[in-house]
Amino acid sequence: MTTTTSADKLAQLRAAAYRIRRYALRMGEVQGQGYIGQALGLADMLAVAYRHALRYDPTNPQWEQRDRFLLSHGHYAIALYAALLEAGIIAQEELESYGSDDSRLPMSGMACYTPGMEISGGSLGQGLAIAVGTALGLRHKGNPAFVYNSMSDGELDEGAVWEAALSAAHHQLGNLICLVDINNQQADGPSSQVLGFEPLQDKWAAFGWHVQRVDGNDLSALVQAFDSARQHAAPQPRVILLDTLMGKGVPFLEQREKNHFIRVEEAEWQQAIAILDAAYQQGEPA
Amino acid sequence: MNQSASTSVKPRLKTSAMIASIAGDDQRTENAPFGFALKALAEQRPDVVGMTADLAKYTDLHIFAQAWPERFFQMGMAEQLLMGAAGGMAKEGFTPFVTTYAVFASRRAYDFIHQVIAEENLDVKIACALPGLTTGYGPSHQATEDVAIFRGIPGLTIIDPCDALDIREAVPAMAAHRGPVYLRLLRGKVPLVLDEYDYHFEIGKAKLLRDGNDVLIISSGLLTMRALEVAKQLAGDSVDVAVLHSPTIKPLDVKTILAEVQRKPRLVVVAENHASVGGLGEAVAYALLSAGVQPTGPLRHIALPDAFLDAGALPTLHDRYGISTDRMAQAIKAWL
Repeated sequence: MTTTTSADKLAQLRAAAYRIRRYALRMGEVQGQGYIGQALGLADMLAVAYRHALRYDPTNPQWEQRDRFLLSHGHYAIALYAALLEAGIIAQEELESYGSDDSRLPMSGMACYTPGMEISGGSLGQGLAIAVGTALGLRHKGNPAFVYNSMSDGELDEGAVWEAALSAAHHQLGNLICLVDINNQQADGPSSQVLGFEPLQDKWAAFGWHVQRVDGNDLSALVQAFDSARQHAAPQPRVILLDTLMGKGVPFLEQREKNHFIRVEEAEWQQAIAILDAAYQQGEPA
Repeated sequence: MNQSASTSVKPRLKTSAMIASIAGDDQRTENAPFGFALKALAEQRPDVVGMTADLAKYTDLHIFAQAWPERFFQMGMAEQLLMGAAGGMAKEGFTPFVTTYAVFASRRAYDFIHQVIAEENLDVKIACALPGLTTGYGPSHQATEDVAIFRGIPGLTIIDPCDALDIREAVPAMAAHRGPVYLRLLRGKVPLVLDEYDYHFEIGKAKLLRDGNDVLIISSGLLTMRALEVAKQLAGDSVDVAVLHSPTIKPLDVKTILAEVQRKPRLVVVAENHASVGGLGEAVAYALLSAGVQPTGPLRHIALPDAFLDAGALPTLHDRYGISTDRMAQAIKAWL
């Protein structure tokens, strides 16, 4: 069943996505680097995850009943830190420490450093296997929480992802939701040139998953996709394939020559924030 | 083939199957000590679960699975998934005992053990069959460098048990230990040897099984069993052999090893069912190096060669590569 997301809800999510992008840009400015293109592209999904879908207690990141959000692509840490700031799990004053010595916010996500960072991702292709074990463990405990595994399209190259995909369907893990960020960029170029993975819906469906593919920068579509994934009745794992635009929300970054790591000059961080602020204040759609 | 060849009565040793016992014909054995110990432990520890990559029967985990079917998780022939999922289970408060063959854990799933399990110091206990040269199936199944591979992982405890008693006592010790553990599992009919000595397994402890004035053998795994046989054999030649069993390879019991090496002038032999590279021998040599300690006698090494080993029957291969009782005794006599 599809429902229309209310205008109020969309406005709240739009504000959350704006703040997540802004936090990410401010952290990027601190270090003069970071996977900012990915963070801007994934901000809308993270806004819907942390302001709509996930159950969590910002005062207790280890709350037993929380939904688990696994960041398999550890290099997206800057994006998740921004979401954790938005969620109130990380304090505002920590933002300035991003990537600094002894910071709790290292450049690549690590579980032992950061509250709300469930796993040490970054060795790509591991998150979904961990998610399978987490989902099995939760079910064995009778805990109804969901496990979300956030991963990048490049990780689809890794064989272990498909081991885990087989296993999740075999074990009928209806408490597992995989989120694949499809920006079609990986280290050596467009994914279609590095190792093609389409047709992706067919592949996941053939592996026994409930599949949705949505515009990952459309808040309304994202709300519906998360709702459908959670409400799906059949005992099977769910995947949401998210087509996203790297650099989304900052046109000069959206248009910059696409590659894995978008280069941003020192003066451009403030320009990007100014553009983002102006667009938000003018009410441009997310 | 001519007539005389086809009719000659030539004894033929068969290639040792993967599930063959390493026990000699006349040895006392215990059946599936790992499986039965884990089954018993599960009574006391509801957090213990079993997970495998399509090798429950060949790692004795089927004993646990039959007793606790709801606590057994079949992950399919997918070792990276197995280790990743075990990490996820551990994060939810369980203590997974995961099994596969040592070759697959060390060579195929290394990064998952390193990153998912060890980096977060998770309570995953990895029990792997066919360590070192315990199968005649050739390098695809012979984990001759597993210790070398795993010694590099910070915080990973490595246990190389000698016999059924060692395994039986190691299982609850592994569960009680905080952090990841790798066990070189002997499965099936496992020899029972150490009950003849005043010995109990403790993680991190090397124990002197017998004293001797001429030779000190420092050993782990099934080579401790061989070392005890060597000691008996050489006693007939009036050679007095001490055996120091060091089932925990990491963290090594440096204090006990250095004390024994320095206690009296003796030939010191480190013996292991592992390649010469990166195992117990190098660990002992490094302990001496880092402590600035000179052994009071010559220091020698009995180990498998740094090579891809042959397929064949285990007794033949143990003899060929110098880890049979007779070959070990010969080597030690030559060094005296």
